Amino acid sequence: MRMLTFAKRCTKEILRDPINLGFGLGFPLVLLLLLSAIQANVPVSLFEINTLTPGITVFGLSFMTLFSATLIAKDRESALLQRLYTTPLKGFDFIIGYMLPLLPIAIGQTVICYLFAILLGLTVSVNIIYAIIGIIPMAVFNIALGLLCGSALGVKQVGGICGALLTNLSAWLSGVWFDLKLVGGFFEKAANVLPFAHAVELEKALFTGNHEVVGTHILPIILYSVFVTALAVFCFLRKMKKQ
Amino acid sequence: MQEIKAVGLVKQYKNLTAVDKLNLEIRQGELFSLLGINGAGKTTTIKVLTCIAKPTDGDAFVGGYSVTRQSEQVKRLIGVSPQETAIAPNLSVKENLELICGIHGFSKEKTQAKIKELSGQFNLDTVLRRKAGKLSGGWQRRVSISMALISEPKILFLDEPTLGLDVVARHELWDIIRSLKGEVTIVMTTHYMEEAEVLSDRIGIMKNGCLLAVGTAEELIGVAGTEDFESAFVSIVKEGSV
Repeated sequence: MRMLTFAKRCTKEILRDPINLGFGLGFPLVLLLLLSAIQANVPVSLFEINTLTPGITVFGLSFMTLFSATLIAKDRESALLQRLYTTPLKGFDFIIGYMLPLLPIAIGQTVICYLFAILLGLTVSVNIIYAIIGIIPMAVFNIALGLLCGSALGVKQVGGICGALLTNLSAWLSGVWFDLKLVGGFFEKAANVLPFAHAVELEKALFTGNHEVVGTHILPIILYSVFVTALAVFCFLRKMKKQ
Repeated sequence: MQEIKAVGLVKQYKNLTAVDKLNLEIRQGELFSLLGINGAGKTTTIKVLTCIAKPTDGDAFVGGYSVTRQSEQVKRLIGVSPQETAIAPNLSVKENLELICGIHGFSKEKTQAKIKELSGQFNLDTVLRRKAGKLSGGWQRRVSISMALISEPKILFLDEPTLGLDVVARHELWDIIRSLKGEVTIVMTTHYMEEAEVLSDRIGIMKNGCLLAVGTAEELIGVAGTEDFESAFVSIVKEGSV
């Protein structure tokens, strides 16, 4: 009950921030629109909506990291957390309270992306539902990464690291914009070690019904999600105790 | 009867001793001010007494419970209004109050009754539906203190409640704090001489983490041998010990 009250508050804080809404929901849709417009005017297959959309949904998740990190860092700086530390809320209530609201927001963002893509010509099939469900492990990874960054960094640092660096990293190393094999070498290897490219490939596989490769890609994402969540929980609780 | 007792309380941050072997007793129902210049250790003392920070050494007892071993029991007795305004900025004033009610496990009926009661006490009716983050500093402090009172605390901690407020807002907040006297034990930190003198039953003067002197404003003036409280404070702080 206490945790749900706190989670409800976090939901309102996130959804009432116009910058959050603008970037989180608007930016992926603008990208879909612009890249589809480019595709319509070039003779080669560059940004086909069926291959572009799964990648854009994964890219959109990087904003979940920004949302959660910003919220936690702001709470820390505004002393709201200090007040809440003196209430019966426990560490577990805080962690779930911060993470829980972002999961439906992430799924909602993915649903909106797919609905918008349908308007732009995306093939409609039951696989879209599988792709939406398949986004959950990567959403957990991004949200936990936000918890980690928000616990360790200040608001300004969060803006730079999560807002600029991380969104770019997740974009370039995910293979959304180009085939990673085209670059090859260390870049491709690094991308395959990180979860971003696996998340895009997972989404593509689920969307196209290529279920044979799902296991290959979902495993590293789950491992990263578990590891980052554990690290974020440890860091948050440590900061809480270190006051 | 003692409501708060600190025994050899120490809080150290790496090379900085923020609170140094603090011994302090605060009586039930009194308004006790911790007065000191910046960095005196006032806020750290509050943080330890409210279980936000763990002491490095020593212990403190709030309502008879140890802050080191019985923090859950301590948290049930206290309300805290931190130095910086601790409100959720994108929530309305009403939602902020509901948040704290919910965290304390109030029913819907009790929540509504509590909001009505605090709105009357703090004149919040006109701002209840406004976003808390859009209010002036004075109103935000009002909301912050009303949030601290939701759990019906026996002990209220106010950390620099009027810091940065204009003179009118400060006097309005003083009226609110005066109205709370007697109902709850209040521990307030401030670096405004006038505030401490006008509001407090007793004042503790801190410097470099140490408590230099404790007494009523008149007692401290007498001990320092000065004509007014401000001079007494300056004399005590400059001498370092009384």
